[in-house]
Amino acid sequence: MRKAKDQIAFAAISYFVVGIIALFTLFPFIILIVNSFASENSIINNGYTIIPKQISFDAYSLVFRSPETILRAYGVTLFITIVGTTISLLIASMAAYVMYRKDVKYRNGLAFFIYFTTLFNGGLASYYIILSSVYHLKNTLLVLLLVPMFSAMNILILRNFIRGSIPDSLNESAKIDGAGDFTIYLRIILPLSKPALASIGLFTALGYWNDWWTPMMFVEKQKLFPLQYVLYNIISSVNISSNVVANASSVVLPQESLKLALTVISTVPILLAYPFVQKYFVKGITLGSVKG
Amino acid sequence: MKLSGKAAGFFHEIVRNKVLYIMFLPLALFYILFAYIPMGGIIVAFKDFNYQGGILFSPWNGFDNFRFFFASGKAWQVTTNTIMYNVTFLAVYTLFSIMVAIMISEMSNKHFKKLSQSFMFLPYFISWVVVSAFVYNLFNYDYGLINNILKTFGQQPVDIYSNPGYWYLLLPVMYLWKWVGFGSVLYLAAISGIDQECYEAATIDGCNAFQKITRITIPLLKPTMIMLILLGIGRILRGEFDMFYNLIGNNGLLMDATDIIDTLVFRSLMGTQDFGMASAAGFYQSVLCFVVIMVVNSIVRKVDSESALF
Repeated sequence: MRKAKDQIAFAAISYFVVGIIALFTLFPFIILIVNSFASENSIINNGYTIIPKQISFDAYSLVFRSPETILRAYGVTLFITIVGTTISLLIASMAAYVMYRKDVKYRNGLAFFIYFTTLFNGGLASYYIILSSVYHLKNTLLVLLLVPMFSAMNILILRNFIRGSIPDSLNESAKIDGAGDFTIYLRIILPLSKPALASIGLFTALGYWNDWWTPMMFVEKQKLFPLQYVLYNIISSVNISSNVVANASSVVLPQESLKLALTVISTVPILLAYPFVQKYFVKGITLGSVKG
Repeated sequence: MKLSGKAAGFFHEIVRNKVLYIMFLPLALFYILFAYIPMGGIIVAFKDFNYQGGILFSPWNGFDNFRFFFASGKAWQVTTNTIMYNVTFLAVYTLFSIMVAIMISEMSNKHFKKLSQSFMFLPYFISWVVVSAFVYNLFNYDYGLINNILKTFGQQPVDIYSNPGYWYLLLPVMYLWKWVGFGSVLYLAAISGIDQECYEAATIDGCNAFQKITRITIPLLKPTMIMLILLGIGRILRGEFDMFYNLIGNNGLLMDATDIIDTLVFRSLMGTQDFGMASAAGFYQSVLCFVVIMVVNSIVRKVDSESALF
């Protein structure tokens, strides 16, 4: 049975190669988590290890002893993620619905109006100057909400989804029954595009959660720092102590393990949510690859 | 007041579908404010910008900013770096994504499939901020795991933060690490769309496993592949700012090897407050990008109008 043999050989190679790659991708996560439980001494003397020689919760207890900064950053991040994603989905789905309606004469023009922004932009200098000195958005919560709010591609994907899954006849008959344009959107389009909204909403939420760029550009007030930017400051600065742990300047801080603990604390929610949301992302990617 | 036919048609359309146009308005406003007005602001590249005058009233200075940008020798360096890295990224990303996708599709163990895909997709969810912490954990000169292992074997530790050479390898590896899961999902979706009967027929005709891949899977993946590569080429001048800035930051020792257009623009703008340099480099990037996309798209339209972007 030659056929079976080469099938098995190829499968064996596949398991091996993919297994190695999968372990390779997982590896840094394990190193991070394991070493965040290592004592500072153990890191200073032995470096990062695969199995820590001395287990200690010092770094975590230090963070939770004065958790104000971290809790505040969590609050900012949660707020912009939830509020931003909700507004984004609402506005994007309305626009997608308008571009889907065949009786809107300028629907393709509107789509191009959105799409063109992915082809050309005014550059960072102009963007920065206009947002900060014309709109005065610096150091506001608003800038954190607005900058990552929309992605042109996601809006067009949403329109394609509606176009592909909701037949025209449905809103024709709704119209005959006396439904207005907005009612059709609210009662028919929104409920029927739930799967696409779930995927695109999660992409948007992830964008908010991981956004460190907007605060770096536009926010200097510590009170408004979201989680990723706090983390960015900790990782990129040599002396982290004063940033995060208040009133700790007199104590010798476990710098290295503290860095690790804070990275873990800011990443854990994503790791916990991951098993539940992964399939929506996979669906979302597949939605995007179907061109319409 | 009489309107010409066209204008009358326009107003008639707006009035007839006023609810719909109002529903579109919030998004239109957003794009006007955050995309189109900044687009107009691109003229700052031809100005000697100061905050008092703003973009509109700062004095014009012709091509001075560009002269300075090109004379600094930076233009050539960042352009080649940007293109070189992006070409490398695109090549390894495409290759590995397809390879992994094909391999996963050959597996019959559902649990292994699911688990390995979950692992590989995980980095997609992590910001580059966290990835920079990973790189630090592994390569930190004093404590890093890799250096630790090298030391226990009596080797010299590597100092990646003062040695540009390592980054030519490390950046593509980290790029792959972050994106291969995402890419393989894309290609796997394309593979699962292939009609199973093709494979059955090939089996009957005596094809072996490797022949099925080279004769059926890969040719049928071509449209997806071309589409994704073209999208990648369209972005060839847009650097991976998040990645470069987090992994390397403002490290002067690595700058020549790892400075891309986007990091140059950012540094000029936020670091040295050199608006001339930032706006000239930004203009140069935006315009070139636009030209590249237009050229790519017109070629695609000629070859296969179905796959054109617009």
